Amino acid sequence: MQKRALIPIVYILFLMTPIYWLVSMSFKTTNEILAGFSLFPQTFTLDSYIAIFTDPTWYWGYINSIIYVSLNTLLSVAVALPAAYAFSRYRFLGDKQLFFWLLTNRMAPAAVFALPFFQLYSSVGIFDTHLAVALAHCLFNIPLAVWILEGFMRSIPKELDETAYVDGYSFPRFFIKVFLPNIKAGVGVAAFFCFMFSWVEMLLAKTLTAVEAKPIAAVMTRTASSAGYELGLLAAAGTLTIIPGAIVIWFVRNYIARGFAMGRV
Amino acid sequence: MRTENQKAWFFVLPVLFLVAFNALLPMMTVVNYSVQETFGNNQFFWEGLDWFEQILRSERFQAALGRQFLFTGIILAIEVPLGIIIALSMPRKGFWVPVCLVLMALPMLIPWNVVGAMWNIFALPKIGMLGYFMNDVLGIHYDMTQDPLAAWITIIVMDVWHWTSLVVLLCYAGLVSIPDAYYQAAKIDAASPWSVFRYIQLPKIKTVLTIAILLRFMDSFNIYTEPFVLTGGGPGNSTTLLSIDLVKIALGQFDLGPAAAMSLIYFAITLAVSWVFYVVMTKDDQ
Repeated sequence: MQKRALIPIVYILFLMTPIYWLVSMSFKTTNEILAGFSLFPQTFTLDSYIAIFTDPTWYWGYINSIIYVSLNTLLSVAVALPAAYAFSRYRFLGDKQLFFWLLTNRMAPAAVFALPFFQLYSSVGIFDTHLAVALAHCLFNIPLAVWILEGFMRSIPKELDETAYVDGYSFPRFFIKVFLPNIKAGVGVAAFFCFMFSWVEMLLAKTLTAVEAKPIAAVMTRTASSAGYELGLLAAAGTLTIIPGAIVIWFVRNYIARGFAMGRV
Repeated sequence: MRTENQKAWFFVLPVLFLVAFNALLPMMTVVNYSVQETFGNNQFFWEGLDWFEQILRSERFQAALGRQFLFTGIILAIEVPLGIIIALSMPRKGFWVPVCLVLMALPMLIPWNVVGAMWNIFALPKIGMLGYFMNDVLGIHYDMTQDPLAAWITIIVMDVWHWTSLVVLLCYAGLVSIPDAYYQAAKIDAASPWSVFRYIQLPKIKTVLTIAILLRFMDSFNIYTEPFVLTGGGPGNSTTLLSIDLVKIALGQFDLGPAAAMSLIYFAITLAVSWVFYVVMTKDDQ
């Protein structure tokens, strides 16, 4: 065991402490939580989880979130693929400016856009639908997907394209049969990042929904205010929001470092 | 080499359309509000640049901007060196690599309001783990709802907890791309660990490090949900960062004109700083 392995171990312990504590709190009774500090649940209970899985407003919060996140991921990756191909293979009028403009949309504070978004989506008539949130999240996910995919595509030599054309492939066939399998990892990573950022963003999701497409976050704030401090319930709901992220990250674990580098290593 | 082809625009059109719909239309609404005054009833009056002048002169905006720069400066000063150190000491291959990466990425996958709520309860005196340890085990008086310093420390620790992994993962990706031959050459030259870092590792991770700093700058400068849920901007105004103040003005007081002007100034600052980063970053690309 090397001495320097201590640094990542201490760091991971620091990261896991609040998460452990949230998970352990979700198995405690409200009385135990309010009575004071305890490291392990004294009376282990699944009440909070049962409450969530039997109440439609709770579990529909999760389903709504998963619907708009999946919709957004599909949409973002689908439109980003051809665009990233164009950026990585061709020079065209205004390409650099366009690329930078796309990136600027990741810089706009969501707080700035909350009210105009509400007005925009109300006037188009899709307020309080999953589509509204999925479209709104495109604002920051499409630029990100383009950025990541462009990085991965750039590392594929151009000779691949040329050989395919010589072999008589048409462009769509080349793109689907030859090119996509080569950037599988990039597509997976881009999808993961879209999923992640759409899943964690709550301000726009809350602003654009009321009843039908209400995300889990909105359900959580409602519970926090109306039922006083039901900490156990809140902790269980919080724990459940960690799970989808943990599942998707496992699929891209081997590419995650390169993915965070936007394919630029 | 990339070839010249104007038809490539057709590939970009769907992206352009979707992003423009989301970016330009709301942005025009904001611009519209920023130059007008309204007294309700959908009646608007031309105000010119008065709001901009008023915002730039107001002490409240300057204070929020100052707090914002302080916050961003502190977290960059902590997260960037810390991230580099952790990335350097991580194993390069083997079973533990994916485990480390997944565990480290976990905080980033938690919805931002859950992060805020989690740290809020975590820091509660008596009930929360952090509050309990500070007050009852270490005997340090710690209550972030009363003490501005405690609130600031909590927000910063929360952000370090939440985002340092981004820097780690980016640097790590750069580090694993360094061929072993470089290290062997350094060994033959009997290079010190510092010169290995300075002349081999640092130049290799320069690009990814710039991306990390750029992303951390943008995201920390725009941060809203986590500190809002954690402290609500309090105690007093001590942790009211720029976004929190903006939402207070726009949705709390419904002063749309000043809020819009403030949004644009805010956006312009972010854009200017990010553009500098972007130019530096892509300088070597060509």
